[in-house]
This record gives sequence, C-alpha cells and structure tokens, in this order.
Amino acid sequence: MHYESPIREPLILEDKTLHDITEDIARPVEGKANKWWWALFLFSLVAFAWGAGCLAYTAGTGVGVWGLNKTVGWAWDITNFVWWVGIGHAGTLISAVLLLFRQKWRLSINRSAEAMTIFAVVQAGLFPIFHMGRPWLAYWVLPLPNTYGSLWVNFNSPLLWDVFAISTYLTVSLVFWYMGLIPDFAMIRDRAVKPLTKKIYSILSFGWSGRAKHWQRFEELSLVLAGLATPLVLSVHTIVSMDFATSVIPGWHTTIFPPYFVAGAIFSGFAMVQTLLLVMRKVVYMEAYITIKHIEYMNIVIMVTGSIVGVAYITELFIAWYSGVEFEQYAFLNRATGPYWWAYWAMMTCNVFSPQFMWSKRLRTSIAFTFFISIVVNIGMWFERFVIIVTSLHRDYLPSSWTMFSPTFVDIGIFIGTIGFFFVLFLLYARTFPVIAQAELKTIVKSSSTQSKKLVMSKKIIYGIYDDDDVILQAVKDIREKEFISMKYILHFQFMVLIMHWA
Amino acid sequence: MSVDLNSCTGCGACIIACHAENNVPVVGKEEIRRSRDMHWLRIDRYYSSDMTEEKAHQDGLSSIDKFLAMEDASASESLEVVFHPVMCQHCNHAPCETVCPVAATTHSREGLNHMAYNRCVGTRYCANNCPYKVRRFNWFNYSDNEQFDFYMNNDLGKMVLNPDVVVRSRGVMEKCSMCIQNIQKAKLDAKKENRKLNDGDVDCACASACDSGSMVFGDVLDKKSKVYAESKSPRAYHLLEELDTQPSVWYQTKVRNKE
Repeated sequence: MHYESPIREPLILEDKTLHDITEDIARPVEGKANKWWWALFLFSLVAFAWGAGCLAYTAGTGVGVWGLNKTVGWAWDITNFVWWVGIGHAGTLISAVLLLFRQKWRLSINRSAEAMTIFAVVQAGLFPIFHMGRPWLAYWVLPLPNTYGSLWVNFNSPLLWDVFAISTYLTVSLVFWYMGLIPDFAMIRDRAVKPLTKKIYSILSFGWSGRAKHWQRFEELSLVLAGLATPLVLSVHTIVSMDFATSVIPGWHTTIFPPYFVAGAIFSGFAMVQTLLLVMRKVVYMEAYITIKHIEYMNIVIMVTGSIVGVAYITELFIAWYSGVEFEQYAFLNRATGPYWWAYWAMMTCNVFSPQFMWSKRLRTSIAFTFFISIVVNIGMWFERFVIIVTSLHRDYLPSSWTMFSPTFVDIGIFIGTIGFFFVLFLLYARTFPVIAQAELKTIVKSSSTQSKKLVMSKKIIYGIYDDDDVILQAVKDIREKEFISMKYILHFQFMVLIMHWA
Repeated sequence: MSVDLNSCTGCGACIIACHAENNVPVVGKEEIRRSRDMHWLRIDRYYSSDMTEEKAHQDGLSSIDKFLAMEDASASESLEVVFHPVMCQHCNHAPCETVCPVAATTHSREGLNHMAYNRCVGTRYCANNCPYKVRRFNWFNYSDNEQFDFYMNNDLGKMVLNPDVVVRSRGVMEKCSMCIQNIQKAKLDAKKENRKLNDGDVDCACASACDSGSMVFGDVLDKKSKVYAESKSPRAYHLLEELDTQPSVWYQTKVRNKE
C-alpha cells in the first residue's frame, strides 16, 4: 500500500469510510433532482433548442446567414470549434497523464473532467460539419471507398488531419471514460431497488463482479489506455494548430503554434473543470472529495499554462519584429492597435494578466476567486481564437480585400446553443452517472484520508523526512526519551527518513 | 496570362465580360456591402500617398503613424493611381490546393488551378489560404432564389446564361478558370482539324473584352507565343512574388515618365 506522510494534506476529508463514499456517490443517482437542477436544466434546454434552430436555419438556407464574407471565411465557427476542443483537453490530461505520473489527487476529479472532455468534443465536432457549405456531404472528408472513380481525400490538408485527430481523441476518451465507469455502474446496479434501474445499470456495467481477475484487467487496461491517450493530449491541439500554422496567412503562419496551442488548451480545459466542479461539489455535496487542495493544484496548473501562453504571445510579437517581414509585422500591429484591438487586449488581460494572481496562496485557495478567474480564463481563451482567426484574415496581403467581420444573430445563437447542449449533457450526466470514480477513490482511503491520518497518529507512528540539522537532533533526542517498540531510520545525505512506532 | 498595367485604364469591361461568360452571379447591394461580391476578376486601385519612407524619416514619425498616414490617399494634384486587375493567379505552388480536405481544387497538367464544384464541400479553407483573395463562395443559392431576383431567377434571365458553364449551387467555392470552356473548345476544334493549337486560338473573356489589349492569354510553353514574350519582358513580375506561389499570371509594371 502506498504510504503517505501524515503531514501531507489529506485528499479525502471528514472521516469518510468506504461505506460513506458509496453512499455519497450513489446519492445523486438514487435521489431526486432538486429545483435548482431542474431550473438549470430547462434553461440549458432552451438555449440548446435555440442553437439547434439556428443550426437548422444555416443548413437550410446557406452559410451566408452567418457574418462571414469573401475575406473572412472562418470566424465564430472555427473560433468555437477550437475553443471547445481546447476545453476538452483537461479531461485526458487529468485521467491519463496524471495516472502515469501517479498523482492521486486526480481520483476525485477525473470522472467529471473526462465527461466534460467528451461533451466539449461533441460541441466542437458540430462546427467543422456545419461550417461546410454543403454539410450533407461532410462524410466526403472520410477516406471511404467510392464509385466516383478514384476520388480520395487529400492527405496534405490539415483539415483532414483534424478529422483523424478529433475522431481518435473522442474514441479513446470515450473508451477510457467508459472503462473507468464499469465498476461504479456495478456499484449502482448492486444497490438498485427498482427492477428497471437494475436492468439498465446491469447492461451498463458489463457483468462486472469485482473479482480479482476483473480488477487486474481493469488496471492493465487503464495503463494501456493512459499510454494511448497521453500522446493524444499533445497531438490533438498540435494538429488543430496546424490548420493555421501550415497556411501562408500572416499571423497564422507561425511555428510556435503547436506548443502554444497545447498549453492554451490545457489552460482553458482546467479553467472549465474549475467552473464545473466548483458548482458541482456544492450542488451534489462533494466537498469532502473535491477539496481546497484539489482546487489549489488545478489553479497551479492554470497559472503555469497561462504563463506559457503569455510567453508565447510575447514571443510572437518579438518574432514579428525580428523577422523583418512587413506583412507579419503589420499583422501583429493590426492585432494590437487595429480595429479589433479590444479583442486583443481582452485576450491579453484574461489570459496573461489574470492567472498571475494565482501566485498568491490566499487567492488560489479562495473558492470565489477561483470561480471568477475560471470564467475570465474561458472568456480570454475564446478571444484568443477569435483574435488569431479573424484579425489575421480580415487584413492579410492585398489591402483591396481588407474588410471587417461582425457576427449575425445566427452566429451568436449557435454558440449559445452549444453551451446549452454542453450543460444539458453535463446535467444529465450528474444525475445518472457516478460523478466521482468511487471504486478508484476508495484505494486511497487507507492512505490519504483524514481518518487514515488520525489512525496513523493514534498508533503513534511517525513517518517523516527531515532535512534540517536542528530538527534531526530534536527527533533523535525525542527517540531517546521515549520507549519505542520499533524505530527505523535511514540516513541519506543530509536527509533523515524516520519511522517510529511506540506504545 | 499577362496583364500590362501601363495600358490598363480600369474601365471594368473585363469584369463584365467575365460575369457574362462564366455565369457569375449578381448578388445585389446588400451582399456587396457585406463584402460578398462574386467577381472572379476584380480591379484593385492603388492611390499614391503624400507619406513616403523618406518623409517619415525626415519628420521622425513612428512606424505606426507612418503606416496610418500612408493609408490616406494624396489630396494634391500629384495623386497617382494604378489599376490592377486581379484574377486567380493559377499558382504552380498553390496554397489553396494543399489545404482542401477533399481535393476539390487541383492542378492540371496545363498549369491551371482547377476547381471541381461537385467535389467541393465548402470548408472555405482554400479561400482563407489564398494570399490574393480571389476565391468566391456561394453563400446562398443564387439561382432560383427570390432573395436574389437579378437574372438567374426567371426564364428570360436564364436564356442569357452560358450553356457551356455550370451554374454553381450554394455552398461551393468558385473562381477564375481562365475560361476553361474556351480552352477545351479550341483544343477540340484543333483536334477535328488535325492540327496543333496555335497562339491566339484561345482567348479568355476578359482578354477579348479588353480594348486596350493589356491582357494577353496563351501557352507560355510555346516560345513563339505572345504571352511567352511578355513573360520575358523586363517589366514582368509576379504578384506577391516573395511568397513563392509561382503564379501563371505576369503583370507588366507601370512605367511613368516624370521628373
């Protein structure tokens, strides 16, 4: 068993036992929704319906109902696409990368982060399909054998790479998420009292019995899928960035894009996880599992990735100047001082300035402040994509084609619709799925809960690492004065690792 | 093709000829205001400015102020104008061709940049990546549409349409084809007469409409052709040559006789 120092802050609070965890996680699924849930659900449903109407109008009439023109061929559509894909990055990072790095704090948040990923990628996927002039032919971007001669897709096109990147990402995330859900569905199945509920969750849990063999396979598959998903965390947004980076348009043609987009994606993804979880932990009473410590860790990720994004912005400006390419220089001058200056400075303020507050321990452990910053970051990252897409396109090489873009009610309606759709899915998930990976979370009850830490203290086991001479001397003095049952210490350079057990 | 900026007067006959030849839709005021003109060929105008690099240096202006001042056309008598007809440059290293996911725009062996309308799904990526911004998108169905009651909405108007050119549906990209229907016809005529294609057998609508003869179309691989001679002229240059798109259109720079 993983042993953890009692000094380290616990990841499960309030003396939760294994049974308490089962009860807490099953409660939202077994109970009835309160009126807040219904209010939010209906509100989201209306937004979704409005968006669906706008989407149907677009498909029926033509992309001309959007604000696009001959110069700005992409605007809110691809901005929203990249925004949603970016949001979808935190889920896989938390579930796969943090699994490989054995970060136990992921256990309380990975289920919901993965759900968010999948729902966000669903929203993202709508845009590349519906931004097409003829969306009913969207399947032509798939390399399907056909009877049109030897018509094949164009493997040179970054849009085609997107098709593969996004569909792979969605598939792997979905499988990873579902696999993790199996033991938890089985838990709900075993507790179900109504025959229909039992039937549904029996099908969902694939006959999980909790045998050691099942667990062994579960663990193995977790690692395999984490290994598969980890490169995807980097590859998906790298490929999305190549839509721009491989082009010839000043402001798009930038080699820094892949790492910059990946950092931005993780940044926005964690912000969205914060937005959702801060509400969820309150509504379904998960404060004991999604603790301030979890929030703080995520804030640190936001601060680091936000700073990477900030460095990327400044690097872009420097390179524009240093390159001596007048088109490139004008593109960045136009971003900062041109007609869309407000979008550029909104992006700078939200993405570079605001995460710097997280250096302060007091602010990054404040729930209200975290929630505020998470919204600010989401807004900032939307503006980032808008700035990259629209301000690069609207004034590129030949001034005769320069023009402006302004959204129509359809552009806005579809965006609002995807937010509604996202929340419809998330709210349904929160009432029917175990929102925390309880089976996995239970593995740290013995090591990382307040209860386990008290147990360790009451048995008078001290485990710690000392690196200060005075502290080591004091510890050795204490050891001499007490009658201990067993004592073990390892001296390693200036560190002393000490395990004491006394009556 | 070669376009001589010396002789271009900016009359716009080429634009009209192109519209008529290629069934290019007329979209009306509202759409023009939204920058959604459908011209396959446009005439860019460049006006001289009183602000120059030297003047900015003398006045000690910052680069932002210099560029802002350059955006204003000169108000004095010395105002100079350049008319610059721009159509698809039929790049031999075309940015639009690589980005289409369904390969709807491809390069022909004759050096033309083809557009397969019925393969196009309308991602508009090609238009975004075109540095010349010559690609035009069918935002709506412009034919048989009461919203666009110009000429493709009634039987009489439809009689004006060129039967050799397809009327594009909504959601597809279109652009200058160098009047490929004329090229094909000339090739077939030559084949029937069992002879090689001669220089001057093919003309684009724009070039035949140009009364100053500033547009010359032909086979640049034919060393006896007029367009070959034009391409070797010391005045010949490519638009945005530094991007290395290797266009098939040459421009002959404007020469002024002044003090």
